Amino acid sequence: MNWEVGSGLNIGVILLTVIIVAAMLIWVERRLLSLWQERLGPNRVGPFGLLQVVADMIKIFTKEDWVPPFADKFSFVLAPAIIMVAILLSFAVVPFAPGVGVIDSNIGVLFVLAMASIGAYSVMLAGLSSDNKYALLGSLRAAAQMISYEVFMGVSLLGVVALSGSFNLREIVLAQADGWYVIPQFIGFVIFLIAGIAESHRLPFDIPEAEQEICAGYHTEYSGMKFGMFFVGEYLGLVLISSLITVLFFGGWMGPEFLPPIIWFVIKSFIFIAFFILLRAAIPRPRYDQLMSYGWLFLLPLSLLNLLVTGAIILST
Amino acid sequence: MLKLIQDTLTSQVHTLWLVFKHAFVKADTVQYPEEAPYMSPRWRGRIILSRDPDGEERCVACNLCACACPVDCIALQKAEDEDGRWYPEFFRINFSRCIMCGFCEEACPTNAIQLTPDFEMAEYVRQDMVWEKEDLLINGTGKYHDYNFYRVAGKSIKGKDKGEALNEAEPVNVRSLLP
Repeated sequence: MNWEVGSGLNIGVILLTVIIVAAMLIWVERRLLSLWQERLGPNRVGPFGLLQVVADMIKIFTKEDWVPPFADKFSFVLAPAIIMVAILLSFAVVPFAPGVGVIDSNIGVLFVLAMASIGAYSVMLAGLSSDNKYALLGSLRAAAQMISYEVFMGVSLLGVVALSGSFNLREIVLAQADGWYVIPQFIGFVIFLIAGIAESHRLPFDIPEAEQEICAGYHTEYSGMKFGMFFVGEYLGLVLISSLITVLFFGGWMGPEFLPPIIWFVIKSFIFIAFFILLRAAIPRPRYDQLMSYGWLFLLPLSLLNLLVTGAIILST
Repeated sequence: MLKLIQDTLTSQVHTLWLVFKHAFVKADTVQYPEEAPYMSPRWRGRIILSRDPDGEERCVACNLCACACPVDCIALQKAEDEDGRWYPEFFRINFSRCIMCGFCEEACPTNAIQLTPDFEMAEYVRQDMVWEKEDLLINGTGKYHDYNFYRVAGKSIKGKDKGEALNEAEPVNVRSLLP
């Protein structure tokens, strides 16, 4: 087996690593949240509670996988699969290190945005097919949230694309050899960060699944492994957004020589994962009309302005 | 617009910083089975029957604790020994009903029944939750070290007649005409 972008070994290792990392994030998130809340978190199962994930897995696999009789069976079963598939497919274009990646696509950025849009269907289908009022409210909120953030999410990336002159994520990383894009594109970075939180339905923008208001929103009726797929899908989204921020704004695998490139990628991504968890620990959730007006009236004009200024500077130099 | 940016920096980012600082504060968690939590001496836990400083049972089987008990978990039977002392023939507490309210301790005139800071009373068999007198009785005085009911009470028992208790006046001789 050869080790190059797109080889079978490469794809298998990436798929396995990404899923295991997403599962381990259950433990990481609980430990980090408790660190910031002056607790200890799960520390009983195995060393430092690391096997908590295994215990959770056993629990979730042995639970009854119940489909409500009033649900629309086909889309009810289809919905959790969509979110896993869409986010795992997004990982295909992420360049982890030189020679590590599934595909070097010329439309990498567009592909990620497209997959993010398909992932939103999962949430809406889950809510609609459940035939439950909380789930319906959740998917209603998901739709409202999606149309408000997806626009400026795309626009905020265009500054990076204009600077690097490529939609290929690997070339975007290579173009950052003499300076990370977080400095010239700081506004784009902040906007993409906010859109990324909304995209992965993380607190403070977990409006579609707000536990305190509408039970669990769109996955109220889900149990067993179908719920587990939503759960892992959320963490996969978290990993994806963190690695995308690393790739687009923080120079991907670039770093001083003393560590291998993949380690730099992991370190940078983990910092953003920890930051997302810190956001969950600190910031309360806005109402969804607040998110919509914030998105349409503030972030969208700001991202357009950012694109305009970036374009002007590129043209004038 | 500027106010929104200012609010974001002063409120949201400040909040993030304040929460992040908690990473350097020691966790409050007490890891219970390995690490014993501090229990206040006033904690209302497992019920005991104490003895007086002479080593005799303090309980005089007055039944006040059983009357005070809101869940009727105390059962006892009075008996009298040859010295004239009262004592419970059996004394039974059903801890599967007990709600640890402490009313029995408040009702007890002789400080015999007391609640302790022990709370580890789980059992596998429901019958084991019923404790008899030999399980409840301890070999100490509990919270009150010097109290002995028969030394301060006016009840006459063998070796101590009326008027011989601590701080007790001689009984008035109602047949005497002397002032």
